This record gives sequence, structure tokens and C-alpha cells, in this order.
Amino acid sequence: MNARILAATTGRILRQLRHDRRTIALLVAVPAVLLTLVYFMYADQPTPPGQPSTFDRIALVMLGIFPFVIMFLVTSIAMLRERTSGTLERLLTTPLGKLDLLFGYGIAFGLAAAVQAAVAAAVAYWIFDLDTAGSIALVIGIAVLDAVLGVALGLFCSAFARTEFQAVQFLPVVVVPQLLLCGLFVARDQMAGWLQALSDAFPLSYAIEALQEVGANAEPTGTMWRDVAVVLGSVVLALVLAAATLRRRSG
Amino acid sequence: MGDAIAVRDLVVDRGGRRVLDGISCTVARGAVTGLLGPSGSGKTTFMRAVVGVQVVTSGTITVLGQPAGAAALRHQVGYLTQAPSVYADLTVRENARYFAALHGRGRAEADRAISDVGLAGAAGQLVATLSGGQRSRASLACALVGDPELVILDEPTVGQDPVLRADLWARFHALAAAGTTLLVSSHVMDEAARCDRLLLIREGRLIADDSPAAIRAAAGVDDLDEAFLRLIRAGAARTGGAAS
Repeated sequence: MNARILAATTGRILRQLRHDRRTIALLVAVPAVLLTLVYFMYADQPTPPGQPSTFDRIALVMLGIFPFVIMFLVTSIAMLRERTSGTLERLLTTPLGKLDLLFGYGIAFGLAAAVQAAVAAAVAYWIFDLDTAGSIALVIGIAVLDAVLGVALGLFCSAFARTEFQAVQFLPVVVVPQLLLCGLFVARDQMAGWLQALSDAFPLSYAIEALQEVGANAEPTGTMWRDVAVVLGSVVLALVLAAATLRRRSG
Repeated sequence: MGDAIAVRDLVVDRGGRRVLDGISCTVARGAVTGLLGPSGSGKTTFMRAVVGVQVVTSGTITVLGQPAGAAALRHQVGYLTQAPSVYADLTVRENARYFAALHGRGRAEADRAISDVGLAGAAGQLVATLSGGQRSRASLACALVGDPELVILDEPTVGQDPVLRADLWARFHALAAAGTTLLVSSHVMDEAARCDRLLLIREGRLIADDSPAAIRAAAGVDDLDEAFLRLIRAGAARTGGAAS
């Protein structure tokens, strides 16, 4: 890795994003609009005594899920475009290192996700009165980490897609099982043993648990830090695997 | 000094088909070498092998004294792919600056590379809005921006108007005069005459490796197109006319 090349690559990806105003608008607005939907879905639901309202429970988890899903999709397509446009092959003939490219994507889309998460969190807390025991800064921080997890998995999965058609199929394959088993629909400890084992193997489960820890505790807990560490480790692992699948030579 | 490129017994198979079949040749430093041949003859595969992005079945390729694809060569070799490989959603200048930065060059070098290919007037334009010819020149600017010692150009003048083509060739010769080695592919014979030396490949085999003048003299005709035709027929006759 080389700091100058990494910075140039991150800047280049952000510049591409800047020229695409519609994508920026979608990135910023869509999570906020979806949160609005969730708010009105649960507006008339009774809250069980002594428990957080259903909206608080769902919205908090959504703040982590939106950036994960969106960044996974955006990254898969961006990387596939690098492959099909020939720019990837050209980049690999320059002094650029594979990790410069992969971390460039991670940082650039991580920054985009920070803006996205800040807007979504602002809407959730100040318009819809989302109530969490822990701080909003921690929620945004974990949301950005979830986005970076989406980026890293997207980079890795794009190696296995030859076309856009294949790339979008990885959304149901890689993302949806993690959503189903992350504890949002059924608490993880109430699932069958083999489902729990699967859930334990999915990085998103830890990302969601970390958010729930912030929701329930005023101070960061040990469980939250462990979860954050697991997600970070998954990011690094996915990036290393993605680097291993980038071949300078092809047939 | 030695040769810029030395290829020995290069064999490449792609998709179960033999694309390059035992090519041996050298490319001299500080000259423009033309790689000529019809579409599908293996020109692009040969160039990819020299750049080090092609999986090679057998044979050796030495580039600037190192095996093709060696990490150190990434600072010294500029590669223009046949299809323009630049970012369509960036401006010409943003593309050139990015590739300049990868080679440790600054904004001045990026601007110079853009004006060298005649795109100064379109520097602020998004690549997606350029014509095909402009797009391929934007790609060319990105290949030249790092001042590489060896430049591999895959059909750099396709779709350019005659005046621009003449300008680009003058630029290539100026680079060669300054010590840069250029390997330029083309399927247009009138461009062959502009090269210092020619490599002609057909169906994955090298059928001529000489200066344009020597090739004309050997074939006994003034027209390079006709000379190549005679070489191909002579080659076919030598192999007993087995080629269908």
C-alpha cells in the first residue's frame, strides 16, 4: 500500500460519485424516506409496558441495515464496472497495489455512508423521536462500520460475477439470509440451534447486536466492543479475500 | 543496453484455441515498432503478454531486462488497451490526473499529456460525452502521462481523422527520438510505413520481422500491402499449401 496512491484512488472514486448527482440524492434520501415509512407503519401499535416501542426497536436496527445493503449493492456494481470497462486491467498494470484499490473503495464509500447515516440518524432522532439509552454518535459510528462491511463483502462478491445480472443476484444470496437471521424478525436465542449457528457465522448479526447494545445501555458495553471487533475483523478478512481474487494475469 | 523486449518461443492458448504459436522476436529501444496483422491474428494477446496481464502457456518474455509483469515494470510501462479504458463518469482532466498520480506525477504533467493528444479544448468534458475518437485519445493521454520507458499501444489511431493521425504519429516519433520505446499495433498498412520496424503476425505466427524498406525489397514491390500478401502466399507455399 502507498498513501499517495490510496489518497488518489479514494479521491477518484469520490469524484465519480460527485458527478452522479442522482445517486447522491438517492443515497442520502432513501434511508430517511424508508424510516418515515417504518414510523407510520408502527404509529398506532401499542407499546408493551417497560419495553422500547416497536418503532424504536426497528428503526435502530434499520439505521444499521440500510447502509449495509445499499453499500453492498453500490460497491458490487462499481467494481463490476471497473472490470467490464477495462479500467481494472489497466490499473493493475500501474504501480497501484490491489489493497490501494480495495481500501480506496472502503474509505470513499465509508465517507459516503457517514453522510448517509448522519442524515438518517438525524431524521430518526429529531423528527421521529427515536429513543436510545446510548449516544447517537455510537449509533452513527456503528452504521458506518456496517456500510464498510457492505463495501468489503461487495468487493469480494464482485469477483464471482461476470455480468450485472449475476452481480445483483448476490444481494439475495449474501445479504438476505443475514437480514433474516440477524435477530430482527426472531430473537436469535429463540431460533433453532442450526439457525443460531448460521446466525453466529454471519457478520451482520454482530453489527445488529452492537446497535441493540447501544439502544439498551447508556454506556458502551463489553458485548458491544466485542461485536464491533468481530465486524471489523470480518471487514479485514473480506478485503484480504477480495485482494486474493484480484488477478493481475488472466486467460 | 540490450533490447527493450525479447520474446522467445511464446505460446498462448485462450479458450482452448492456440492464439500465439511459438513467437520469437525482439523490439529495439528508442524506436517505433509496428505490430501488424489482420483482426484476430493475435496482436492484442501478444501485447497483453508483453504487459504481463496475459496467462502464458510457454515461452519467455523479457521486458527492459525483467520478466514481463514484474512489479518494477509497472513504473516503466504504459499500456493503451484497444477499447478505451478510462472512467466515463470523470472528465478528461480528472482521468489524466488520476493516472498521473498513480505514477507519482502532478497536474502539470496531466495537462501536458492532454494537450499532447489534442484534447486541451475538451479537458473539462466528461469522457461519456466525447466522441469515440476523442475517448480513445483520452485513454492514450492516460497511457503516456507517466512518461514510461516502454509504451504499448493497441490500435491507438482507430477512428481518428487523418490530420490527428499524422499528429499522433509525429508525437510517437518524437517520443522515440527522446529514447522511449514504442510498440504500436495497427491493421492499417499505410501506418506500417511510418514504423522503424515491423512485426507481422498472422494466425498466431510471426511471418515478417524487418524494416519496411527491407520488407518491400524482399517482396520486390513498393506497396507494403502487396508485399505482405506475397509474404503470406510464400509462407503458405512453404508449408505445402496446407493452410486452408
